[in-house]
Amino acid sequence: MMTTAKPAMSSSYSAVTVYVTETRLEFIRMLRMPTFALPALIFPAMFYLLFGVLMAGNKPQVGAYMLATYCIFGVMGPGLFGFGVSVALEKDRGWLTWRRAVPALPGAYFISKMAMALIFAFIIFVELALLAATLGGVQLAASQWLLLMAVSLLSSLPFCALGLVIGILVNGQAAPAIVNFIYLPMAFLSGLWMSISFLPKVLGDVAPIWPSYHAAQIALKVIGADLGAPLWLHIGYLAVFTLAMVWLAVRFWARMKVR
Amino acid sequence: MCGLQNTKATLARLDDVSKRYGNLMALDNLSLSVNAGEILALLGPNGAGKTTAVSMLLNLVVPDSGKVYLFDRAPQELAARQRIGVMLQSADLPETLRVSELIALTQSYYPNKRSLAEVCHMAGIADLLSRPYGKLSGGQQRRVQFALAICAKVEILFLDEPTVGLDIEAREAMWATLRKLAAEGCAIVLTTHYLEEAEALADRVMVIAQGAVVAEGSVEAIRSRVSLRRIRCVSQLSIATVQQWRDIDSVIHDGQYLTIQTQDAESVTRQLLNADTYLTQLEIKRAGLAEAFMELTKESA
Repeated sequence: MMTTAKPAMSSSYSAVTVYVTETRLEFIRMLRMPTFALPALIFPAMFYLLFGVLMAGNKPQVGAYMLATYCIFGVMGPGLFGFGVSVALEKDRGWLTWRRAVPALPGAYFISKMAMALIFAFIIFVELALLAATLGGVQLAASQWLLLMAVSLLSSLPFCALGLVIGILVNGQAAPAIVNFIYLPMAFLSGLWMSISFLPKVLGDVAPIWPSYHAAQIALKVIGADLGAPLWLHIGYLAVFTLAMVWLAVRFWARMKVR
Repeated sequence: MCGLQNTKATLARLDDVSKRYGNLMALDNLSLSVNAGEILALLGPNGAGKTTAVSMLLNLVVPDSGKVYLFDRAPQELAARQRIGVMLQSADLPETLRVSELIALTQSYYPNKRSLAEVCHMAGIADLLSRPYGKLSGGQQRRVQFALAICAKVEILFLDEPTVGLDIEAREAMWATLRKLAAEGCAIVLTTHYLEEAEALADRVMVIAQGAVVAEGSVEAIRSRVSLRRIRCVSQLSIATVQQWRDIDSVIHDGQYLTIQTQDAESVTRQLLNADTYLTQLEIKRAGLAEAFMELTKESA
C-alpha cells in the first residue's frame, strides 16, 4: 500500500512536494468541512469543561484524570472520521478512481490523511491542556505534559487504521452512523468519559478488549492514575491491533469496489 | 512532449484485450492504437465498451486477456501516467477545495507543469480560481476538470465526454484548445456520443459496438462505409407510392418536403423524376456521421 514511487527525474518534480501538498490540502479540506471539524475540535473540549472542570469541582486530581482520558477520546475522532467517513465517501464519489488514473502517489493518500489526523489531534491536545491548566487547575511537570502529548498523538494511529478498515467496507452514506456507533460506545466502555469504576462490573471487566482502554491506561500512567497493568501490555495490544487493522485494510483495499 | 511532430509514432496500444463482467462480454478481442498528434474519437452507444477500453489505458481496469501499453510501459507505472492528462466522465473532486488548490495538487504530480496563467487561459477558468469546487455549476466543474487534464504538458489527453453540460460558447472554446493542442503534437483520445464533436475534431474515428470495433477510419471513410444517402424534394407523390419502390430505406414527410433514405440514390432519383414531372427543389446528400453510425451499430446488433 505504501509503495515508494520512482517518478521520472525532473527539476520541477519531487515526491516530497507531492506529500506536503497532499497533506496541506487534506488538512484544509477537512478543516472547511463543518460536519467533521466542529465535532472534532469542539466536543472533546466541551465535554472536558463539563465533566473534568465544572463537575469535578475543586479537585485537580479528578481534573488530571479526566484530562488524560479526554485526550484519548479527542484524538480518536480525527482518525476514525478522517479515515472512516472520508475513505467511504471518496471511493463512492470517484475521487479514488481519478487518483488512480492521474500520476498521484498511492502512499500519499494514506500519509496525508494520517498527518491530517495528527494535526487535528495536536490541536485537540492543546485545547484540553489549556483548559486543564487554567480553569481546571491541573498542575503537571513539563515532562508529564510532553509525555501526555506524545501518548495522545501516537494513540490516534490505531484509530486511523480502524477508520480505514471501516471506510473500505461501508458506503459513504452509512459511514458517519457506523463510525459514531463504534466511537461513542467504545469511548464510554473504555472509561474515557467517566472512570471505569462507575461502570457495571461486567462491563469494567471486559474493558481491556477495547483499544481505547489501553490508550487511556498509557495516558493515565503518565499522571500515575492507571489501574497498574504493565506498560508493555498496553503498547503490545495497540501494536497488534494496529497491525491487524492494516493487514485487513491491505486485503480489502485490493477488492474494494470504487466508482 | 507536445511539439513532437512525428505522427507515425504509436504512443498507446491495446492488443487483443478482452474483459468479461459476469455474463457480459464488455470487450471482445479489441485492439486500438493512439498515434502522436492525432485526435482519435471513440464512438459507440452506452455500454458498447468504449469507456472500458479507455479505462484499461488509465490504470483503472485490468484486462482478462491481452496487453496494454502506455508509452511501451504498463499503465500502472507512474512514469507512464506522468505523460497523460485525464478527464473522466464523472469524478467528484473534493468540494471544499478551491479551484486553484485543485490545480496546485494535480500539478504537483507532474514534471512538466504549465504556468497557471496558461492553464486559466486554455480552460477559461481564470474567474473561478478562488471558488470552492462544490459551489460551481456543472459546466464550470467540467471546465475545471479539463483544466486539471491540461495543467501539465502531456503527450496524450484522455477525455471522456468532455463537453457534456457545457454551453455552446464553452464547447467551442474547448474545441479550439483541443485543436491547438493537437497541432502542437499532443494526441487526444476522445470518447463521445456527440457525433458533431467527432465530426468537428477527429482525425480518426473508431466505432465500438458490443465490445468490438465495427468501423475505423477518418470521418469521411466512416461516412462512406455507409452508402446511405438522403433525397429531399417537394413532390406530389405519396409516401405509400414511394415505399413500394426498390431499395427504399425510409420515406417521411418533413414539412413540405418528402425525405427518402436509400442505398441507391441514382435509380430512386430517376424513378422520382419519371413519376412526378412537377417535382422541385431536389437535393441529394450523403448521410452524416450520425446516420453512418446508426447504420454501423445496427449491423453489428
